[in-house]
Amino acid sequence: MGRLVERIIVLFSWLSGAILLSVICAVTGYLCFKGLKTIGPALIFGSTDPMSALLLRQRVFDGLFPAMAGTLLLVLMSVGWAIPLGTAAGIYLAEYAGVKTKKIFDLLFDLLAGLPSIVIGLFGFSLTLFLNRHVSKELHPCLLLSSIALAFLILPYIIRTTQIALENLPMHNRLTGLAMGATRMQNLVHVLLPQALAGMVSGILLAIGRCAEDTAVIMLTGVVASAGVPRSVLSHYEALPFYIFYISSQYANQQELATGYGAAILLLFICLLLFGLAFVIKKNLPCQVFSQR
Amino acid sequence: MTATCERAVERLFFAAAFVSAFVTLFIFGFMVYYGLPLFSGGRFLAILTSHWAPHQGSFGIYPMIVGTLAISLLAMVFAFPLSMGCAILISVVSRGRLSRILRKVVEVMTGIPTVVYGFVGIFLLIPLVRNVFDAGSGMCVLSASLMLAVLVSPTMILFFCDSFDRVPRSYGHAVLALGGTRIQHFLHVTLPCAWPGIIVAVTMALGRAVGDTLIALMLAGNAVQAPDSVFDSARTLTSHIALVFAADNESLEFKAIFACGVSLYLFTTILVLMIRLAARARGKVGQVG
Repeated sequence: MGRLVERIIVLFSWLSGAILLSVICAVTGYLCFKGLKTIGPALIFGSTDPMSALLLRQRVFDGLFPAMAGTLLLVLMSVGWAIPLGTAAGIYLAEYAGVKTKKIFDLLFDLLAGLPSIVIGLFGFSLTLFLNRHVSKELHPCLLLSSIALAFLILPYIIRTTQIALENLPMHNRLTGLAMGATRMQNLVHVLLPQALAGMVSGILLAIGRCAEDTAVIMLTGVVASAGVPRSVLSHYEALPFYIFYISSQYANQQELATGYGAAILLLFICLLLFGLAFVIKKNLPCQVFSQR
Repeated sequence: MTATCERAVERLFFAAAFVSAFVTLFIFGFMVYYGLPLFSGGRFLAILTSHWAPHQGSFGIYPMIVGTLAISLLAMVFAFPLSMGCAILISVVSRGRLSRILRKVVEVMTGIPTVVYGFVGIFLLIPLVRNVFDAGSGMCVLSASLMLAVLVSPTMILFFCDSFDRVPRSYGHAVLALGGTRIQHFLHVTLPCAWPGIIVAVTMALGRAVGDTLIALMLAGNAVQAPDSVFDSARTLTSHIALVFAADNESLEFKAIFACGVSLYLFTTILVLMIRLAARARGKVGQVG
């Protein structure tokens, strides 16, 4: 009887593993099967000359260039907001906060991390409405507001990774500098932060991945299907994940659909690349920093 | 001089933490403020339980709540056994290289963008469901929850493995010394000790399933009705927000999406509190060892 139960459990676990692996193979395999042949310069630049597209002399109509430019700008801007704020907050939590303050902040950041991205998007949208009504009539959903909303989405990740990277440092590293007369600040800047850097950077890379793949937030805050390369931070823009979403229901012909497959492969590749990079940095950097000392 | 500087920097760090935390509360305040005409006079409950018929002046989000629960709970029904099986495979059944490779694959899966799952779902899963179950367009609760199960499983597997690994090795030595197998060890020692971690994992996965927008928006068909069967089309709270937000900003129809937002916010709060309770229980299990 017991033997039978054991066998069933073992069999079941192998079966689950097989199902999961076949699903992942089906997803990636299907994408590659349908989309690999579209991969090439034409996928990004369409029929436009790549050089003049890059120099913004000509607008690309049938390629992914505007969407990629939009995603790149969006990621850069939101990370630009989130890194200073998130790192500082993480440092405060790890190094300065008292037990009670920390508890309250922990709860709030857990909550922020758990909020569905569409709720953050809705917040960004209502912020736009508010600003439009009370500050300037010129403000509409745009790149700037999207990046701010996205920054709030990734903020808790950056805070957490900074905090954990600092808190995981061994006690003797923490105390040596102080014992030699360094002030708290000096200890933080010259001893703790360099050692925690790997953890912080890998967290930031994961946050970039979230920025690049998120669709719900930008959907509500200014992304559109066709806008060209954004001319200013106050204009509409295109983005890779939204393009994939849009094409999936609105494709007009097989060629557009093929571009959709290409875009999906591209986004998958970008996200996995960031993911791999984060992993490598996390694994290798601490040793380097350590051996230099 | 340095002392003042130090204090200033500390203040700056505190300000950053305060602003970040304040945003969390600010989001809630904003949504309540914008949805206010709908919430005043105790009408919030009425909205949660009435139907969506904008032309008759009824802006209830009941169908969306049922749709959300149906899709995410069904996804959990698929995802839980799958994740449990995979976690057992990774941390109990397989050893060495295979275990490491499997874990790596699962970790990589967490990095796959949601919209890619949705995209593949439309062109691969939907026709499959349509043909196998003869289910209309194929855009239904079942399709969405199958894909959602794939989306949330990797996170759940990693959390399961983590909570199995946290159980101190010394606990099991007695079992193994008495000639028990690894499976017996798992069933009678690891599993009873790891339950708080399992609850944390399931709650987090449920939060992800409820909060996800793209999968349901792309695969569930978005009909405004409480689904009667798994082959019915349904709309979730999240996709409702995505579909209605472009309506006239002053209309009550538009205000209703803030009711969705507030419901999602409150639901998240409950889940986060549950996770904290379970995590505290997990801390106690760890202390015994």
